[in-house]
Amino acid sequence: MTRIGVVTFPGSLDDHDAARAVTLCGAEAVPLWHASDSLNGVDAVVLPGGFSYGDYLRCGAIARFSPVMASVIDAANAGMPVLGICNGFQVLCESHLLPGALIRNDVRTFVCRDQLLRVENTATAWTSEFTEGQEIGIVLKNGEGAYTADDETLRMLEDSGRVAFRYLGNPNGSRNDIAGITNERGNVVGLMPHPEHNVDPLTGPSLDGRPFFASVQRFLAAV
Amino acid sequence: MARVIVDVMPKPEILDPQGKAVTGALKRLGFEGLTVRQGKRFEVELDGDATSERLDEVRQAAEKLLANTVIESFDVRVDQ
Repeated sequence: MTRIGVVTFPGSLDDHDAARAVTLCGAEAVPLWHASDSLNGVDAVVLPGGFSYGDYLRCGAIARFSPVMASVIDAANAGMPVLGICNGFQVLCESHLLPGALIRNDVRTFVCRDQLLRVENTATAWTSEFTEGQEIGIVLKNGEGAYTADDETLRMLEDSGRVAFRYLGNPNGSRNDIAGITNERGNVVGLMPHPEHNVDPLTGPSLDGRPFFASVQRFLAAV
Repeated sequence: MARVIVDVMPKPEILDPQGKAVTGALKRLGFEGLTVRQGKRFEVELDGDATSERLDEVRQAAEKLLANTVIESFDVRVDQ
């Protein structure tokens, strides 16, 4: 069975939901702890949402230097699939595994809603179960979710097809309506919306989060 | 013991919603013609003197952790 690690930082909120989503989608969820550099032999890693280290300094800035992240960065650079959700996306940007940064929403409020997205790239480890251009509904909830990068970086992302998800109806001032991006290799994906909340009909209005976890299992089975 | 100040500011091209909110509040309070951008100030206490080597270390610390140079610029100076 595919073993997917879910990291818990102090202040992580959605680690349990992410682990539950992993289990619901047929893989084994393996808890990983921020203060240990062990990845416990997992096949992939999810960096969950929340407020790691209280969002002190900048969202994700302190988590990025935790012992577990040293191992995650090495593993990601060696090709291991890594998914960063919300705060996890911020950690990936602070780690420079993904370019750009997340800043405060231009609407200056916390945004919490069911958000429509368009899938732009189905060639990543986490998106192959979608079809290109597919519209999906995923929960969005954050205060600092506006994606920004300089013009050159944006051009590079667009020209190389590395925008993974785009908002339909920009909720927060993200440049180019970017909701999620991938690295050059396609194994690292970060997005602000929360696919782990869209896996169970009891608590989510769609099941559009499931393909994320199905995609990575298919990807790993093919390796 | 020396104190070094690190000022971190959002780059001019980066939207600063906090500064915008403060600017709006000042205007509502009757302060005209004041535009605010909001940053952070770090006061760093050094063991020993602020030699150029130590200041370089502080600059490295600012580059590595205190500022995210994708969106922020920083300035390091000795507190007089």
